Amino acid sequence: MGVWQLASVLVGQELLVPAPAVVGATLLGMAATPGFWAVTGWSLLRILAGFIAGVVAGCGAAALTTRFRLVDAVLSPALRVVRAAPVASFVILALVWIPTGRLPAFIAFTMVVPVVWDTVAEGLRRQDRALLELATVFRFGWWQTVRRVRIPSLLPYLSTAAATGMGLAWKSGIAAEVIARPPLSIGGQLQDAKVYLDTPAVFAWTITAVALSLALERLLRRLLGRWNGPAPERLEPAGGPGDARP
Amino acid sequence: MPVLESVDFAYRADRPVLRGFSLALPETGTVCLLGPSGCGKTTVLRVLAGLETVQAGTVSGLAGRRVSMVFQENRLLPWETARQNASTRDDAGTGAAWLQALGLGDSLDRRPGELSGGMARRVAIARALAAPSDLLLLDEPFAGLDEPTWQDAARRIAAVGAHRLTVLVTHVPDHAAALGAAIVRLDGPPLRVVS
Repeated sequence: MGVWQLASVLVGQELLVPAPAVVGATLLGMAATPGFWAVTGWSLLRILAGFIAGVVAGCGAAALTTRFRLVDAVLSPALRVVRAAPVASFVILALVWIPTGRLPAFIAFTMVVPVVWDTVAEGLRRQDRALLELATVFRFGWWQTVRRVRIPSLLPYLSTAAATGMGLAWKSGIAAEVIARPPLSIGGQLQDAKVYLDTPAVFAWTITAVALSLALERLLRRLLGRWNGPAPERLEPAGGPGDARP
Repeated sequence: MPVLESVDFAYRADRPVLRGFSLALPETGTVCLLGPSGCGKTTVLRVLAGLETVQAGTVSGLAGRRVSMVFQENRLLPWETARQNASTRDDAGTGAAWLQALGLGDSLDRRPGELSGGMARRVAIARALAAPSDLLLLDEPFAGLDEPTWQDAARRIAAVGAHRLTVLVTHVPDHAAALGAAIVRLDGPPLRVVS
C-alpha cells in the first residue's frame, strides 16, 4: 500500500497510477451495484467449472500415463506442449473453435490439466511400495487399497496441484475473458475500463480478481487439509541390521 | 504342507539370494529360520508371503492360506491411528483388543508419528495377530523392544499359534526359544541350511 501510494504521488497522473483512496472508492462504488456481483459471479462460475474439469481430467491423465506405457508415450508430450504454450495463443486458436461464453472455462481447463497431471503423476510414481505390499499381504482388496493407502498418500500432491492450478485458472481465465469478452465477465470489464481509460476501475477489478483467487485458494487448502493426515513418516527398519533386500 | 523345492531367486542377476534352495515346513506349528543378517532369510518370507515370484524351482502348499505378517519395518499407515492400523478387516474390535493385550490401551487413537519405536513395533505385531491367518510370518518381530516387552509379546504369540503355521525369521536365538520354535539354521548368501 505504501509503495502504491508513493508511486501514485510520484507519477502524479490518475490515468497511470491512481491513488489507493480513489481505487478504494471506485471499488466500493462498483460493489454497491448488482451488476458487479453478476459479473464476478459469472466469472467465478466459468473459471471454477474449468478448474474442476481440469482437476478431474488431470487426475485421469495421471492415472493413465503412469499405468499404461503407450498412453504415456502419446499423452505426455502433448501435455508438455500444452503446458509450454502461451495462454494468448490458446485463446486466439480457441476463439475459432469455441463459443466465446465457454472459452474462459476451456482456457482455465487447458492450464490446469498439465499442472495437475504432472504433480499427481509424480505422486503416483512415488507411491510407497512398502505400503502397497502391506495391502497385498493383508488382502485389502482394490477398494480398501485405494481408500486406505493410495488416496491418503496422494493427497499432499493433489493439494499442491489444486492450489497451483487454482491460481493459474484465475490468471488464464481472466486473460481469456479480456480477449473473448463474454458478457458479464471480469475480463470484459477490464477491457472496457481500459478502452475508456478508466484506470481506477482497472485496478479495482484486478483487486477483485486477486481477492477472489486468494480466498478460493485458501478455501481449497482448508478443504484438502482437513482430509489430510500428518506428513508421512519415513519407513525405517524397526531396529537391528537389515536382511538381504533389493 | 508348504514346500520350497530347488528355488532360485535374485534381486540382481549377479548376486543370487536363493540358489537351489529347498525347505519343507510343517502344516502347523512354529518354525524359526535362524541365521546371520543378510543371509537371505527375509527373502524366504517374502516368497512365502507371495510378494516375490521365484525364478526357478517350485513353491507348493501355500494355496488358500491366509497370510499375516510382521514386516522387518513397521509399515504402519501414517495417516491412521493405532486402532485403525491394527484393523485390516472391518472389525475394529479385534485390533483394539490386541493393542490392549500388548500394553497399548492408552494409545489406541494415536498416530504412528506420536508413538515411540517400540510402541509402533507393537502396533505392527497387534495388526498381524488381529488379522485372521493360517500362515503367520514374523520378520525380526521383536527388534527394538526391551526384554520384558518382547517376552510378553512372545508368550501371547505362542499362546495363539497352535492352529496355524508360524514362521519366525531372526538372528537372536532367544527369540526363537521364547516362541518354542523348531530351529532351522541358515547361512548365506546364497541361502543354505546348515546341518
